[in-house]
This record gives sequence, C-alpha cells and structure tokens, in this order.
Amino acid sequence: MSGKMDQKTRLNLFNTLLRIRLTEQRIAKNYSQQKMRCPVHLSVGQEAVAVGVCSQLLDSDYLISTHRAHAHFLAKGGDLKSLISEICGKSSGCSRGRGGSMHLIDLNKGILGTTPIVGGSMPIAVGAAFKVALKNENRLVVLFFGEGSTEEGVWAECLNFASLKKLPILFICENNFFSVYSPLEVRQSQERDRVKIAEAHGLFSKKENGNDLEKVVELAKAGIDHIKQGLGPVYLEFDTYRHLEHCGPNEDDHLNYRDPEITNFWKNNCPLNIYQKKLLNLNLLNSSLIEEMKDKINKELDEAFDSVDRESMPVFKEAEEEIYAK
Amino acid sequence: MLSREITFAKSINEATDQIMAKREEVYLIGLGSPDPKGIFGTTSGLQEKYGKERVMDMPVSENAMMGIIIGSAILGMRPIYTHQRADFFFLALDQLINNGSKWHYMFGAQASVPIVIRLIIGRGWGQGPQHSQSLHSVLAHFPGLKVLMPSSAYDAKGLLIAAVEDSNPVVFIEHRWLHNIKGNVPKEIYSIPIGKANILKEGKDVTIVASSHMSLEAWRAIEFLNEFNVSAEIIDLRSIVPLDKVTIFDSVKKTGRLLVLDNDWKFCGIAGEIIATVCENCFDNLKTSPRRLTYPDRLIPTSWSLSNFYYPIVEDIVAETLDLLGKENEAKIFKDKSYQKKVSMPLDVPDSSFTGPF
Repeated sequence: MSGKMDQKTRLNLFNTLLRIRLTEQRIAKNYSQQKMRCPVHLSVGQEAVAVGVCSQLLDSDYLISTHRAHAHFLAKGGDLKSLISEICGKSSGCSRGRGGSMHLIDLNKGILGTTPIVGGSMPIAVGAAFKVALKNENRLVVLFFGEGSTEEGVWAECLNFASLKKLPILFICENNFFSVYSPLEVRQSQERDRVKIAEAHGLFSKKENGNDLEKVVELAKAGIDHIKQGLGPVYLEFDTYRHLEHCGPNEDDHLNYRDPEITNFWKNNCPLNIYQKKLLNLNLLNSSLIEEMKDKINKELDEAFDSVDRESMPVFKEAEEEIYAK
Repeated sequence: MLSREITFAKSINEATDQIMAKREEVYLIGLGSPDPKGIFGTTSGLQEKYGKERVMDMPVSENAMMGIIIGSAILGMRPIYTHQRADFFFLALDQLINNGSKWHYMFGAQASVPIVIRLIIGRGWGQGPQHSQSLHSVLAHFPGLKVLMPSSAYDAKGLLIAAVEDSNPVVFIEHRWLHNIKGNVPKEIYSIPIGKANILKEGKDVTIVASSHMSLEAWRAIEFLNEFNVSAEIIDLRSIVPLDKVTIFDSVKKTGRLLVLDNDWKFCGIAGEIIATVCENCFDNLKTSPRRLTYPDRLIPTSWSLSNFYYPIVEDIVAETLDLLGKENEAKIFKDKSYQKKVSMPLDVPDSSFTGPF
C-alpha cells in the first residue's frame, strides 16, 4: 500500500505536517505577546491524523471538529491567515472575531464549524451527513473528536443514527489518553472497547497508530472506500499524544500527571520524526530540502503575523446586528 | 380569503402540509410523527402524502437528533422537529442552546439555522409534574432563539408558516388544551409577522397581557368583567421572543393598569420580565402596581383534587382584575366561586370531549 505513494505525494504530506507543526509552535511562541487573547488547544504531536485523513478528502467534503482543531483546519486547506486573524480577534478572522480559536469555519474548504463542548459537534456532523444522504450528494463528512467524547451519551446516539441511515460519515477518534489532566483509566473501564462499540452499532471500525502518517492514510482510504460502496459509516481510532498542555502554549510535563517514560516515547516517535526519518531513508528528503521547506513556511508565518498586526478589531456596533440571520 | 372553521390541531397540520408543498427543503421529524394518532392530529396524513424521506420518525435520542437537525439546517434544510411534550425536550437543550442559538453569531454570520421546534405543554388528566411543563420562559432567556405561543387556530397556522420561513431557530409552543379549539382559518397559505402581538379586545380600564391558553381564559373573563363595567384591553402576545413591547407600552399608557397572565411558574418567568420592562418604560403612566397571575412556584400534582388548586381559572382572572381595580368585595365573590369550583369537581379536562389518556 504505502509503496504505491509517489514522491510528490510524500513530500506534500511531509510539508503539510511540517507546516502545521511550525504554525502551532509559532502560536505557542507568540502567545506571551498577549495578542492572542483566547484559549488555544494546540495540536503539537497529533498532526498525522489530521494530515493523513484530510489528504484523502476533497474541498467539497465536509469537516467538523472540536476545540483542538488547528491541525484539521490547516490539513483540510483552511486559510492560514484567517486562522491567525481569528485567534487574534480581528474582524478579518475566519469567524469575524466572534469565535476565536475554538470556533473555526472555512466554507470554501468544507470546514463547517468547530466547537468546544465535548461531544457537542458530533451530531452536527451527523446532521450534515444526513443532509448529504437526503439529497444524494456525492460527498463525505469527516468528524474529528477525542476519546473523551466517546464517554458522552451523544456518541452512542450518533453511531446509532449514522448506522440506521447508512450515512457517509467518518468518525475519527484521536485517542491521546488524557482529558485535560484525567487519564483514561479513571474515565473508562479497561474492558471498554470503543472500536467494538462502534462495530456493534454496525460501523466499519478499526484502530491504528496515529503517529504513522502512511498507516493513517491507508486506513483512511479503506474507510472512505467502505463509504463509497454505500456500506455505511466508519469509525477509525488513532492513538496519538499531545506534547503541550491541554490548553495553552506551554509544556506541562513538570506537573507529572503523565508518565515521563511514556511521554518521552511518544515525543521521540512524533509524526514529524517518524515521517522525516522514513523519507530520509528513502532519499526523498535531505537536510537542505527540509531547511528550504522550513524557510518557506516560516516566511509565510512571518507575513501572516505581521499583517494581522495591521488588521482592525471588530467595531462594537456591528456585533449587535448579527444575533439573528436575515 | 376563503375561511372556514377548523381546529387548532388541524391548522397546524394544514400549515405543515402547505409549507412542505411550497418548500422542498422542509422536512418533519419527531417521535411518533407518522403515528396513527399523528401527534394529536397535527401530523396526520403527512407521511402518506410526502413519504418517509420528508416525514420521519426518529430514534429516542432527543439530544443527538437536535444536533442532527441543526447540522442539516446549516446546509440549507428547514426541519420541523416535534415533541409530544415540552418536558422531553430538556435532553436537547445542550444542542439547541450551545449550538442552535449561537451558530449564526459565533461563526461571524456565515451560516444560519432555519429550524422550527414544536413543543406541547401538557395539562390535565393527571399529567403530573413531568408531563406538564413549559419552556418558554427558560428559552426566551437565551439570545439567538425566537419563541412563539399561538392562542388560536388562525395564529397557529400563520405563525407556524412564518416560523418555517424564518432563518433562525424558532420554538413553537402549543398548549394541549388549545388543540381542539376551533377558529376561522383561511384555506390558502399565509403567514403572520413574528414579533407582533394581537389586541383581542380593546379597552380602557386595565391591560391584560396573556399568551397561549391564558389568552383563551382571559377572553372568557370578558363577559364577567363586562357585568362590572370593567373595560379590559386584552393583548395576546403571540411571540414571547421577540416581544412586542410597543403594543404593551401603548396599552399601559392608555389604561395605567397591568395584569400579566402566564402558563408558567412565577419566579423568573416571562411575566416578571414584562412587568420589569413596563416599569422601566411606563412608570409615570401606572396608576397602581402591576400584577401577575401565574402558576404557583411548586410542582404540578397528579390527583385532580390537588391539581385543581394549581392552575388559575377564569374566576381567578376575574377576581385578580377586579381587585386590581379596587373592587375588593366583588373580587371576593369570584375568589369564593373559584374555591367552590376547585373543591367540588375535577377541572382536569378542557371540555367534555377530552377523555384521556394524554
């Protein structure tokens, strides 16, 4: 399978991973300037799930996600400048300054919305898939969420409805083992098998290492094939790990709520490290090409942050008019 | 406009039928919407006419279904989501309030949520505490929603059509005791503007503001008030949100006296909001302190001998109005009449045709 990917595709995938990593790191670095005045839940360490799944989607496919959506937004092709502007509260932001990091949208790229209530965006995604099915549209819907969301009753309700109506939806679970500081062991019994729960609802259901980009791609392809054959919805679960704190720009390993050995393992085997190593071994990458890519991305980020500084804040009277749609 | 008499329930059915014929994005979904009883007749015949892709039953998952409906609406569908009781809807509040009411605003006006949610307030025949609540005061509190409470067959049809055509989440609250009342309803499709109250009767001595079933009870109080030469102006709100403050203020400026009736608990109910806004805007016009007649702040018992003492009846409205006008002796007569009624017979049906079970 992974042998079938050509050089151009692989380099693109690597570049997308790198771009997300550098963007998140830049946000973290600049956060102390206090121009980004909203909670940010960064995706450092979890990029491969976003990149792998979204690489198999079209602009016309829909995406819905949660509070930790920067990687999904960028991987789906969402506009970087409008993301930065939104986090800075500018009226040129993707949500016109009304939403911040936790409420992203880019309709040109099928990004319907992201919301931070755990489990809250799930039925919205199922509803989008419902509309697609009712109107016989040739589209997929992808929903990203964390393993904590599977503890919400609404997850089971969504699996049931999606299965009942055979909806064209990919439920993508990023299991990063923690819900803020709460480890999986205090939230779910060891016997609870999320993959089996989804399967028991009639979904095509599989699990994979979420830090191995090409494995993510393979599994995403299989899931999409399943949907395209009209066989119904899919649940894919990917193990991964966030490097930074739940919310904010800093590392918080000194708080010792995560086993340092496990943390180090995941950081050493982060998506970027794994894929970089692989492509270096295949001679598709070398250090000067990597530097070239980094320079280009950093320049893009410099420009984005510089131009955001010059953009205007929303004017208060505008805000009063938009509670109701016309 | 050709009018004829049909029931409130039938007018909801007709409104749904006509708006579904007019707009193909409209679909109807709710537990039991294709049932033989057709949600008290409001959905009868619709699945036969429009098919299973447009009139649907659903899993018993009120919360997910609320979100699913919203998800379809942000992409252009116009769903009508029904519930047999308002009480069942609490499960759906996270989706309606966190997503439905906010989606348009928090994404910078780039999407809208054109949904209608039908809720039914139960009453009588031992419905009890969990089958007789209303949510209008609670939902009115959240910016981004519209809340409608029609009191007549004519209003029910016109407001439901307006609700479906509105681009925002509209909660359409029906009262179980209004489903069988009849009224003149035009045959063709029409809508009534949302946010405009209706003056049921003009008067000069006192303004009575009501909605839903209370408007009917206020109407029934008129003949008794006439006997005492009390000229009451009765305002039927139709819309809780947006609230027609102009009509209310104009009336209070004329009469100087205000009585607000509400099918809801007193504390933090909409009646308090109306009185507050009248005091803020018409204080100098008030001849006496405004009043409200609502449910007491306790729970609805099931046994009729107890629930009789829960709901304000026509005699209570008359007594309160007379008392507001300083006619204390006359008010006492009606208070006694009210008490006599409540201790002597079940008042748990709207009319003799109602034989239960729900």
